Amino acid sequence: MIERFDPLKGERLQILDEKGSARAGLDPGLSDPELRAMYERMVLTRTVDAKALKLQRQGRFGTYASNLGHEACQVGLASAMTKGDWLFPYFRDLGLYLTLGYPLADHYHFWMGNEAGLRTPDSLNIYPVAIPVGSQIPQSVGAGLAARYRKLPIAVVATFGDGATSEGDFHEGLNMAGVFRTPNVFFCVNNQFAISVPRAKQTAAATIAQKAAAYGFPGVQVDGNDILAVHAAAREALDNARNGKGPTLIEAYTYRMGDHTTSDDSGRYRTKEEVREWERRDPLLRLRLHLEKKGLWDAKLEKELQDRSTELVEKAVAEAEARPPATVEDLFAYTYAEMPPDLAAQLEDHKAFLGEAAR
Amino acid sequence: MNMTMVQAINRTLAQEMERDDRIIILGEDVGRDGGVFRATDGLFEAFGPERVIDTPLAESAIIGASIGMTALGLRPVPEIQFMGFIYPAFNQIISHVARLRNRTRGRFTVPLTIRTPYGAGVKALEHHSESTEALFCQVPGLTVVVPSSPYDAKGLLAASIRSEDPVIFLEPTKLYRAEKQDVPEDPYELPLRRAAVVREGKDLTVVAWGAMIPVARKAAEAAAADGVEIEIIDLRTLCPMDRDTIVASVKRTGRAMVVHEAPKTCGLGAEIAATIGERALLSLNGPVLRVTGHDITVPLPKSEDHYYPGPERVLRAVRQLMEY
Ligand SMILES: Cc1ncc(C[n+]2csc(CCOP(=O)(O)OP(=O)(O)O)c2C)c(N)n1
Repeated sequence: MIERFDPLKGERLQILDEKGSARAGLDPGLSDPELRAMYERMVLTRTVDAKALKLQRQGRFGTYASNLGHEACQVGLASAMTKGDWLFPYFRDLGLYLTLGYPLADHYHFWMGNEAGLRTPDSLNIYPVAIPVGSQIPQSVGAGLAARYRKLPIAVVATFGDGATSEGDFHEGLNMAGVFRTPNVFFCVNNQFAISVPRAKQTAAATIAQKAAAYGFPGVQVDGNDILAVHAAAREALDNARNGKGPTLIEAYTYRMGDHTTSDDSGRYRTKEEVREWERRDPLLRLRLHLEKKGLWDAKLEKELQDRSTELVEKAVAEAEARPPATVEDLFAYTYAEMPPDLAAQLEDHKAFLGEAAR
Repeated sequence: MNMTMVQAINRTLAQEMERDDRIIILGEDVGRDGGVFRATDGLFEAFGPERVIDTPLAESAIIGASIGMTALGLRPVPEIQFMGFIYPAFNQIISHVARLRNRTRGRFTVPLTIRTPYGAGVKALEHHSESTEALFCQVPGLTVVVPSSPYDAKGLLAASIRSEDPVIFLEPTKLYRAEKQDVPEDPYELPLRRAAVVREGKDLTVVAWGAMIPVARKAAEAAAADGVEIEIIDLRTLCPMDRDTIVASVKRTGRAMVVHEAPKTCGLGAEIAATIGERALLSLNGPVLRVTGHDITVPLPKSEDHYYPGPERVLRAVRQLMEY
């Protein structure tokens, strides 16, 4: 199916239109419970995000990268991944984390400013968030090479924004993936901005998806506010990766509805009208309309879901805030496998200083 | 068996790969060609293209991919063709290799060994003679190792590859084929984070590493003729540094000097001098001197003798210090 949508011809995969109707022949055929579960994840994601923004305003959170508008990209992709697949994420991937089972309290713990929140449970194949833009992309290719060497029938996903495609690591990573036909899926969340810089200033190419052609593998642009389109493309790309058919680049065409981070004011570089235009295409709204059309959703279910999500969020925040702060030892203990004597001496000296200060 | 340093490195890589199938070599020209210095000669034939990978010409991806391999339990030994070309991979090394253990509170570690030839000695173009070890020593989480002989190269490389920490393994190009030494066939490890006193003396301590060890030895022999007994410490692991060995020696000799190829300012000599100041100030009979590269771009080969410390420059500083 991916091959039928040629980015060089300006074709974009869309399955759900803005009224929530699915295009026949393209519908990935998800079961009713699957569709409902997807919607529930999207709502939970949005609730978690809204709470994070509130905590930041209250000073209980550090700088935070808002997630608003990316729910279909994230939940659509994660719901197509299977156990064993790996994720090399970037910093705006909340819905992926939640769908893959990342503990909510850990998520809050990390953004509250404690590394312990990034100590993923061993059962989760999620690499820690990469903040230097694009640097996770070649890493994901190495994981792909390792998967093949170990004969694991898995796919490795890297996510990144449109800005990341201008980084050298995007080129180095995709180029290497093409050469070795690694089991990778490169998922670009084209949300039209890298902080303030619009997508048109990142590349003169008409689409990001078309760049795959230069690396010798397929690329497809999908409507990133249409969870069925994201899911269908991701599922096919992941299957191809697992079955030795090489990498795929997916460009999810969407919009960053919030500010870049809590330190940003997007009013400086874009209009309210533009944002409002995209609110009409809200990914949650679209799936909800679809569910309603199928008789799978109503106001009562919506209310229950909102309440359930809020409850989960409040519990997770309380759990994260109840965790003890990092100890001084924690700060020193993970620099090397075994602490060098110099570092141990610095730690002792710092503890002595703290002891004197307390006296 | 008698062998050069590059042969010792080659033998070690082969033995480690035989011992542990998680070890993967990747880099530019490391496969069919056996590496531009032949350090990986024969490994492609012995272990195949899945374990000895000729990558595209992309340093950031070489290190980035190596990191990704460690996520799935492999222990890659990437090669960067020359230290002067490691900079495109700087972000991967500094932002990720060094920090993943801490970032994830120990869930993800990066047990890789990055090998790269460094320092003067090949009379090549610009960028082929760099000695920027101090850049890496400032990064918490990295271990930087430099051998100065074939015997040390084998033991230190084996220890680096087996280490759970990421190691930058710097191979002095000048010493690759400078001497042959009897190197045991059986694998062995030399301890990391441990300096070695390679020459004993009571009058003055010289701290050096890599290709500056033979320079220091020559100077020490000449000084001995004048009745000055120099003690030479081969640092071997530049960071984390074995400060105890340095301090103990300086407390005995009362004089200290650091010899390195890298530029003077913010070179490791400064760190060593500061350590001696902190821990052995009252034992000193004079300042800690530094004999180093100058704070200029490394000159092309015709003029490189102006840049690299040789025995004469070391001897001049020895005289200054003895007369202080
Ligand atoms: C290498 C690097 N340069 C600059 C930054 C600062 N920075 C953080 S996010 C960002 C924009 C990223 O844009 P994009 O990749 O499109 O992702 P988005 O934030 O839009 O999701 C920048 C410039 C960084 N983190 N890393």
